[in-house]
Amino acid sequence: METPIVVQDVHKSFGKVKALHDISFTVNEGELFGLIGPDGAGKSTLFRILTTLLLADKGQAAVNGLDVVKNYKAIRKIVGYMPGRFSLYQDLTVQENLDFFATIFNTTVAANYELIEEIYVQIAPFKDRPAGKLSGGMKQKLALCCALVHKPVVLFLDEPTTGVDPVSRKEFWEMLQRLRKKGIAILVSTPYMDEAMLCDRVALIQNGSLLEIDTPQHIISQYNKPMWAVRAKRMYPLIQDLRSFPETESCYAFGEYLHLTLKHGEAGLEKLQAYLQPKGHEEFSIHPIQAGIEDCFMELMKSEKV
Amino acid sequence: MHPIVTKELTKKFGAFIATNAITFEVKEGEIFGFLGANGAGKTTAMRMLCGLLRPSSGEAKVAGFDVYTQADKVKQNIGYMSQRFSLYEDLKVKENIRFYGGIYGLSNSAIKEKTKQLLQKLQMEAEAEQLVSALPLGWKQKLAFSVAILHDPSIVFLDEPTGGVDPVTRRQFWDLIYEAAGRGVTVFVTTHYMDEAEYCDRISIMVDGRIQALDTPRQLKAQFQADSMDDVFLKLARGK
Repeated sequence: METPIVVQDVHKSFGKVKALHDISFTVNEGELFGLIGPDGAGKSTLFRILTTLLLADKGQAAVNGLDVVKNYKAIRKIVGYMPGRFSLYQDLTVQENLDFFATIFNTTVAANYELIEEIYVQIAPFKDRPAGKLSGGMKQKLALCCALVHKPVVLFLDEPTTGVDPVSRKEFWEMLQRLRKKGIAILVSTPYMDEAMLCDRVALIQNGSLLEIDTPQHIISQYNKPMWAVRAKRMYPLIQDLRSFPETESCYAFGEYLHLTLKHGEAGLEKLQAYLQPKGHEEFSIHPIQAGIEDCFMELMKSEKV
Repeated sequence: MHPIVTKELTKKFGAFIATNAITFEVKEGEIFGFLGANGAGKTTAMRMLCGLLRPSSGEAKVAGFDVYTQADKVKQNIGYMSQRFSLYEDLKVKENIRFYGGIYGLSNSAIKEKTKQLLQKLQMEAEAEQLVSALPLGWKQKLAFSVAILHDPSIVFLDEPTGGVDPVTRRQFWDLIYEAAGRGVTVFVTTHYMDEAEYCDRISIMVDGRIQALDTPRQLKAQFQADSMDDVFLKLARGK
């Protein structure tokens, strides 16, 4: 079996804007590979190059062993693509959209029903509803069905969970896990850092460059600075105090805690206690924690800017 | 006086009840998180509170004004920002500020003064003459927020303000929210980021048109025996 996705030294600019700079990575068979980064990082440009909708300025890319330039027609037959913007026909019903995409690929919904069944049963109660009238989560499920209807070898999902509520997001990722087990390689992008943990490997992307490619677990284990979770009753004054503390390296809000790193690590802890003492924060607490993927991303972003 | 008070606020579209008799109050200077799954009725509720949609029944007062009889007063006294619509891309930064200042009836001298303050605070003096379309998304969002509170409203509505931005920018945006709340501005915010829900003073969670939970993040986690707001949300919205 061919490697599902190989990207080598890909560059793409739009005028002066470098959308992609020297991108290389590989997605292996049955791998769920995440492209993690904010809006404007270059994620969609990369998807469009890999789905043969856009030409790179430089570099090569192959999908299932087929070159994205020379064999573009063959690639289009074997990939499923869910673009970032909802791209189904809003005025066609759920059923009509599915039939339409099946027909385009010269197949029928029935022929590959086994692949979409689990997802389809969730939207089946709305099969006669126009796609434009579905809720956000339902739209994404329909779009995934349409991308799968011709049994693709590689699946490209560009921000499938953006703007989708946490419940639907979770359900969507559970579906991706099951598809992966069926041997479909999946390249999925997301701006939600917590979703990175659900991927086999991730590439962190920012301003058109890859910051890191690895398993999420390994990225986290490489973060070697001591970090503390800090909280108090009133968080905003605490953030301000911590940011003005000369020993503070970084201080960011993370849910109910602030994540804090110090320039001299644990050596700075005593000074911190002495500094905060007179400020009188109520319900103050501090404990060491392991950095998460979002901490790592922020750290990598910082080193990139220097 | 509470900036938002609702009683049994309801909106029906035909036989469908989008917002079902919601009753709650938001306190002055509070950061109030308004959460719910897609289709739970958040947008409908928010549009009623902003004076954009007439309720079917029930009561609501926003900034002291009745949403039925004083909808225009409501609109003048609130700020509103959404991820989808905020600034005019084909106007310059300065022009956007001037435009919104004008819409909200600020005097020329006030607009001038506010423009200066705002650009300084956002460190965007150098970009004043740039088109908004040329700004990075994070800057646009910070500018949009500042413009939404240009007329010093007592309350600002933020509809998924941080979608799609990088983690650092997202936090800088929350610094602005905290700072506004510190000055006494009441903040009413929707988000799909559950870690952001933790930054709120209190949170309500809507399920199928009703408010199913309303409390501080700490209390909600205790009540639902959950480790995080994500868990609380999943337990509630999945109805298990």
